Amino acid sequence: MTALVGLKCRACGAPYPAEAVYVCEQCLGPLGVVLDEAVVRKTLSRASIESRPRSLWRYREVLPVLEPGRVGPTSGMTPLLRAERLGRAIGHDDCWVKDDSVNHPTCSYKDRVVPVALSRALELGFTTVSCASTGNLANSVSAHAARAGLRCVIFIPDGLERGKILGSAVFRATIVAVRGNYDQVNRLCTELAERHRWAFVNVNLRPYYVEGAKTFGWEIVEQLGWRLPRHAVLPTAGGTLLPKVAEAFEEAVRYGCAEGAPVRIYTAQAAGSAPVVRALHAGLDRFEPVKPQTIAKSIAIGNPADGNDVLRIVRASGGWGEMATDEEIVSAIRLLAETEGIFTEPAGGTTVAVARKLVAEGKIPKNETLVIGVTGNGYKTQEAVVEALPAPRVVNPKVREVEETLAGIPGWEDAK
Amino acid sequence: MPVKVRIPTPLRSLTGGKDSVAVAAKTVRDVIEALERSHQGIKGRLCEESGQIRGFVNFFVNDEDVRFLNNLETPVKDGDEISIIPAIAGGVIACGDY
Repeated sequence: MTALVGLKCRACGAPYPAEAVYVCEQCLGPLGVVLDEAVVRKTLSRASIESRPRSLWRYREVLPVLEPGRVGPTSGMTPLLRAERLGRAIGHDDCWVKDDSVNHPTCSYKDRVVPVALSRALELGFTTVSCASTGNLANSVSAHAARAGLRCVIFIPDGLERGKILGSAVFRATIVAVRGNYDQVNRLCTELAERHRWAFVNVNLRPYYVEGAKTFGWEIVEQLGWRLPRHAVLPTAGGTLLPKVAEAFEEAVRYGCAEGAPVRIYTAQAAGSAPVVRALHAGLDRFEPVKPQTIAKSIAIGNPADGNDVLRIVRASGGWGEMATDEEIVSAIRLLAETEGIFTEPAGGTTVAVARKLVAEGKIPKNETLVIGVTGNGYKTQEAVVEALPAPRVVNPKVREVEETLAGIPGWEDAK
Repeated sequence: MPVKVRIPTPLRSLTGGKDSVAVAAKTVRDVIEALERSHQGIKGRLCEESGQIRGFVNFFVNDEDVRFLNNLETPVKDGDEISIIPAIAGGVIACGDY
């Protein structure tokens, strides 16, 4: 039995049926899903969750679909790693990494939101799916659409990393690269959604799509042993993830699955695309859009759809936010790789760099549980770090040559 | 030649189903006032009581977001195309104290 009741305008409260609509006709406010709490409570418990397969669908009660697990049956339930070596490097004693760089099947947090959106697309009878994307979402929509047998067209800004383009093309999605930035692509998709009966996962299916992001928070709670972290640092691009993780923490408490003090939540943005962090620092209620310019292309969104929600929730939680320069991002990608063996993309580098700053500034106390959200995989964005990494040493197949070469490298003096 | 305003689907109940409306205006503020004169009730959908454009509504003049221009005071001239696009935002309805 589904708890999905319908949709409701977040601004004026007007009710709508659970269809592919996203804007209130009364006030143009955004629509969100309404779940029947009594239905959720009937079956949601630690025990029921733990009894289910290890995927995001183990939190099915709080996901707005009729048939859980139809799309993305193996998505979610990514590792939460105790990051002792990273913690030591940034001066923190209880540091954890939630690692969606190994989400199945396309190695980013988008493999959480897409299964929910495409489930609704199938339930609503769509045969074509689409999205506006900086790459990761396109990869995920393309892969899940392939498996669901849906026609797929994706819209990306011109100039994305090769791995991000290839990662959609291989699933035989039709790829349209738009001359412009993500915000322009997004606007274009809004206009296209008015003309075609296509399921744009992050436009007309957005009310359902965003709910999938809650599973990132639910998993953290479960993997910490049904306890809330004290601090969570999350990247902000369009602003879906952070409010939904906050909501998941709140849900876990409300439904009796976890206890703990409210979580302080921190937003991380790249300095070249930091409308939310700038508004936070300036004390504004609403962000001012910016024109993004950063190597962190997956989070280069200057007009984040849910940016104002992020602002509000970060403030209400007692958290904060920081931005990272491109150099700090690359340095943090390398730090995470060198300390924890996790290769993330610039979005993850941004989050690690910001966590490092917040710990250094004393904003995050060094002995309180800290979770850093890593949302994407570095193998897709090799351009970002290739220049910073040393090339292989080339030798002839001779022992002596190897030893002499190694001895010239700091740390290998003993090889000779 | 007046300014052409593209109307998004949720507002077309106010424009008799028309997807674009022509108005005479010198600024974005004038555009909204002119729309209100010809299609009563539309201003309330687009603006807060203070007169500011609602947070959920994006205005574009020839493809540029007016927040990068001069907001309500952005000048418009004959032949310009104005687009009104609802912001696509997510779904936090009840979010407790977090």
